[in-house]
Amino acid sequence: MLHLVLFFIFAAVCVGGAVNLLAQKHPINSALSLIVVMGSLAVIYLLLGAEFVAAVQIIVYAGAVMVLFVFVIMLLNAGVEERTPHGSRVAMMLGVPGLIVGLGLGIWVVTRITGLDKIGIGGPAIMNGTEAFGNPQAVGRLLFRDYLLPFEVTSVLILIAIMGAVVLARREE
Amino acid sequence: MVPLSYYLILSGILFACGVAGFLIKRNIITIFLSIELMLNGVNLTFVAFAAQLKSLDGHIFVFFVMVVAAAEAAVGLAIIIAVFRTRETLNVDRVNLLKL
Repeated sequence: MLHLVLFFIFAAVCVGGAVNLLAQKHPINSALSLIVVMGSLAVIYLLLGAEFVAAVQIIVYAGAVMVLFVFVIMLLNAGVEERTPHGSRVAMMLGVPGLIVGLGLGIWVVTRITGLDKIGIGGPAIMNGTEAFGNPQAVGRLLFRDYLLPFEVTSVLILIAIMGAVVLARREE
Repeated sequence: MVPLSYYLILSGILFACGVAGFLIKRNIITIFLSIELMLNGVNLTFVAFAAQLKSLDGHIFVFFVMVVAAAEAAVGLAIIIAVFRTRETLNVDRVNLLKL
């Protein structure tokens, strides 16, 4: 019961942050609302027993990546989003209703074909045991034993990303 | 106990918000933030299924997705800085040439 209440509270915060990201005009407000989304997602990960992922979500995503974003927004002195007036009027009139109808038809067809409409909302509940499920010890054992090669390959990827960022952002001489 | 479908619906909403922001927004930084929002929605799906299937592999996948997202953010923001330096704008409608 407590899980359900916590889930609904933080899911509401999460969706509110995501909608606020769309509604805001200034990029710094969008970035801050994305931090809200990531923080509440970390709580939802904790509800799912993923302690390691929740900690990494806060440290890497809400910490490092979003600091990078906010830093770039302030560096470029990004102002309020400017609207380009020459949008296609036909696309404005037909695009949104067409998109909604198309998506609805697609969802309907897919659920009828796969039989998902028989199952309905609800489905199996996730039973959270008392044991620590995704603690850093278990994840680390899996990461450094079964997934050692992909883990090492990511270090090469990070190295390439660092070099690419330095080369791209360098001032032309 | 929370049903699995609630988590999947939440991640679907987050992903849809990300897609909508990607299509609607004209500021290149906000478009980038929308991509991060989509990645977060996918991560929630991974963790929910990991908890459902009692398998830690989903957590490992989330870890790799985060690594790739961090690398993508670094390179993408460097590209944004390079574009802004030559174009003096962040509006994607004014950035219509690949040439710097």
